[in-house]
Amino acid sequence: MKKNNVILQTTAKVTFFIIFLFSIHIFFAGHFAPGGGFVGGLLTTGAIVLLLLAFDLETVKATLPFNFTVVIGVGLLLSLGTAAGSILFNVPFFTHAFAHFELPLFGDTELHTAMIFDSGVYLVVVGAAITIIQSIGGDE
Amino acid sequence: MEFVWFIFLPALAALFIPTLFKRVTGIHTGWFVLIIPIVLFAYYSTYLPLTASGEHAISSFDWIPSLGISFVSYLDGLSLLFTLLITGIGALVVLYSIFYLDRHKEKLGNFYVYLLLFMTAMLGVVQSDNIISLYLFWELTSISSFLLIGYWYTRDGSRFGALKSMMITVGGGLMMLGGFVILGILGDTYSIRELISGLSNYSGDPLFTLAAVLLLFGAFTKSAQFPFYIWLPDAMEAPTPVSAYLHSATMVKAGLYLVARFTPIFAESSVWIWLVSGIGLLTLMWGSFFAVKQTDLKGILAFSTVSQLGLIMSLLGAGAIAYHSDDTLFRFAMFAAIFHLVNHAVFKGSLFMIAGIVDHETGTRDIRKLGGLMSVMPISFTVAFIGGLSMAGIPPFGGFLSKELFLDSMVALKHFELFNFDTWGILFPVIAWIASVFTFVYSFYFVFKTFTGEKKFDKLPLKPHEAPIGMLISPIILAISVIALFFIPNVVGKWIVAPAVMAAQPQLYSLPSEAAVHVQAWHGFEYIPMWLTVGVIAIGALLFTSIKKWQPVYGLQPEKLSLNALYDGVMTFSEKGMNKLSRFYMNGLIRTYLLYMFAFFSVMTIVVLFAKGAFKLDMSSLSPITLFAVMNAIVAILGTGMVIMSKNRISAIIALGAVGYSVALFFVLFKAPDLALTQLVIETISVALFLLAFRHLPALKTHGETKQNKLVNGIIAIGVGLSVTLVALSAHSNKLVASISQYYKDTVHTEAGGGNIVNVILVDYRGFDTLFEIAVLSIAGIAVLGMIRLRLSRKGSDDEKE
Repeated sequence: MKKNNVILQTTAKVTFFIIFLFSIHIFFAGHFAPGGGFVGGLLTTGAIVLLLLAFDLETVKATLPFNFTVVIGVGLLLSLGTAAGSILFNVPFFTHAFAHFELPLFGDTELHTAMIFDSGVYLVVVGAAITIIQSIGGDE
Repeated sequence: MEFVWFIFLPALAALFIPTLFKRVTGIHTGWFVLIIPIVLFAYYSTYLPLTASGEHAISSFDWIPSLGISFVSYLDGLSLLFTLLITGIGALVVLYSIFYLDRHKEKLGNFYVYLLLFMTAMLGVVQSDNIISLYLFWELTSISSFLLIGYWYTRDGSRFGALKSMMITVGGGLMMLGGFVILGILGDTYSIRELISGLSNYSGDPLFTLAAVLLLFGAFTKSAQFPFYIWLPDAMEAPTPVSAYLHSATMVKAGLYLVARFTPIFAESSVWIWLVSGIGLLTLMWGSFFAVKQTDLKGILAFSTVSQLGLIMSLLGAGAIAYHSDDTLFRFAMFAAIFHLVNHAVFKGSLFMIAGIVDHETGTRDIRKLGGLMSVMPISFTVAFIGGLSMAGIPPFGGFLSKELFLDSMVALKHFELFNFDTWGILFPVIAWIASVFTFVYSFYFVFKTFTGEKKFDKLPLKPHEAPIGMLISPIILAISVIALFFIPNVVGKWIVAPAVMAAQPQLYSLPSEAAVHVQAWHGFEYIPMWLTVGVIAIGALLFTSIKKWQPVYGLQPEKLSLNALYDGVMTFSEKGMNKLSRFYMNGLIRTYLLYMFAFFSVMTIVVLFAKGAFKLDMSSLSPITLFAVMNAIVAILGTGMVIMSKNRISAIIALGAVGYSVALFFVLFKAPDLALTQLVIETISVALFLLAFRHLPALKTHGETKQNKLVNGIIAIGVGLSVTLVALSAHSNKLVASISQYYKDTVHTEAGGGNIVNVILVDYRGFDTLFEIAVLSIAGIAVLGMIRLRLSRKGSDDEKE
């Protein structure tokens, strides 16, 4: 990749956070408004891809030192665990539960087990996409 | 406590074996394993008084209640007999293996895990009352047998033998499943006891005979009956403790168990009686005749096992005749079958262990190299002598008693008047007698060729000496049992055999004592079987002494005409044939495969659409076409055209992105924000991905495509577009069922606690789809990583040869 693209690199640094925060927002908005784990994950991936285009693979790896294959595994476990967890409460596989809570700062908030499932989806999407990009992009 | 769990005890113990093997290096892993069969044997023995009084114990655990599938431990005389064989012989075999397998050289972790798995599987087979779980355990025995035969997987012979046994027994198992399913449908239950009690409701059904035949395929392949026996000699590649345990004492008897267990159901079928007794007798004859041909000690034992299994099988067939006649003549057969089954497990187990000892101490199993071992291995010789003579049917050993009962039952068959037995029945005693002569010959051949005669110690790979005492304990215990069986046959008969007979013929007896046959060695001079035995000994001794003169007869059979050659031929033919078939349409180019798929898809869709009259065009509820939509469509069409026309990849990729964005705009236009959002992000990322991977791709070029190819591609492309459009229009115009959207609208707030239906569908209503989609995504990600990062060499690691 080009290393002397100052304008792209400077804007990418800022834009990355904007996209990333937006992806988090979209992820949480998911249950009531457009969004969700899948799109959220894709947007996060997009933000990372932007970094990849602006800088190079090594820099991105140093900045985000995660093993993305592990991220896939964690995501799958979270989703499967949420689905399977319902068995412990003697209800059929994949039964979700939700309730309203008064939380500080947020006020009346609905907490839903679907959110844990969705965060698994989010992690799998990010993990799988970045794994693919890293292995294709890093291949010599 | 529910004793059904005891079935799973060995499998649970197997979980700890690898750790024990790795951590505790000072002690042979076998000592830990030994505890399991001993505990189980002791535990199950406590049920003996219960079954001896004709009662049974039952314990169950629901597995899939909605389908009527459960794990049931049903202990009656028959299953308890097998259970005790499995755990008892299992304990002796494990003890023997401790001295047979070196703890420094062998992968004991693998070995004992497989062995314990087998124990669970086998206990499951003989105790299950539910035929579906019986089938599950049945195939599990095949799998563990496969693993045990292939234990020395670096040897070609082991892998070949393992595969062969798996192919044949699993194939038979699948047939058996077919039989089970038919039975389950006919009897409307999967429980064997309920099938027996409801027998009169369905026994007249034309499918009844088919079920019997399919079931017999399972039993015959497992119990190595003609012509499926060919896997058993090749299974001798397994370590000897395995041969003694699986391939003589227990697993191969699973087929006999099955036949005995289903006798109450199928006994009225003449096909069943003829097949079981006829194939059994043929196997008996065939196995005993070809046993003398073998030169490998374990090969002789394998053929003798085949033959003995045939003997028991024919007795089981004769046992079914008891249902058709009140004459007490036919009541001996089932008793003889079970009694001989016990005898065989005992003497054959000891003989296998001796074969293993000879192999271990001399380094060879080739009977041509062996001879005169009696002077250096006196204890082994004594054990082999006892086992061998019991096998030959000579007093004072257990085998003699069951052999006489066998001959008695066979002679009785000619008095049976149904199913053409009055004309053909005479064949049974004749063939049985000839086979007994050969049984005598191969028993002597095995014992005396190895232990007496000329000493040829200098030709042996190792200097022979007596085995360590630990290795001899198990065969000695078995040899003592062989003698004990001769002197206390009626005690064994009362406690073990008669309850099992009653379980196999529940309609005939209400108490085990009615089923018991008084076994005695001396019946007086009027007794025909005694004279038959005398004849066997006389002719057998004559044949054995002249064995050198007539053994070359076996050379006459050309290799090409054997069943093994048939098996090999079928295997190579199917392998090559399948390869040719695949190569015919798979040329390695993804574009070709896409062509197949798209062509098939569009042809099928269009044909079905019009053949079923499903095509319909209803314009009434379509949205008006806006100028914006038209412009968007033009962009999409132009983009598609550019993708096709472009001469380099970069412009093609960008044009493809443009098509994607215009599709996203359509989503916006039709008020689907979720779809639009996802489409936009996906397009962005895939274009970026293309650009990243771009430099790896070769320059765009035609792969020798002609105008004709392009024409075909064009037609298929148009076909796909056409079919999708037609389906979309018809789907919109045909409203066969009410839309589900109303249900979503009604429940999204109350039941799912959400507001965005699209997303609630993803995570809740149809969460299963999402779960599997992310699983697929993970697999794809890891696969790409694997293919690119790991760069496996084309040949792969060569683990097979060391």
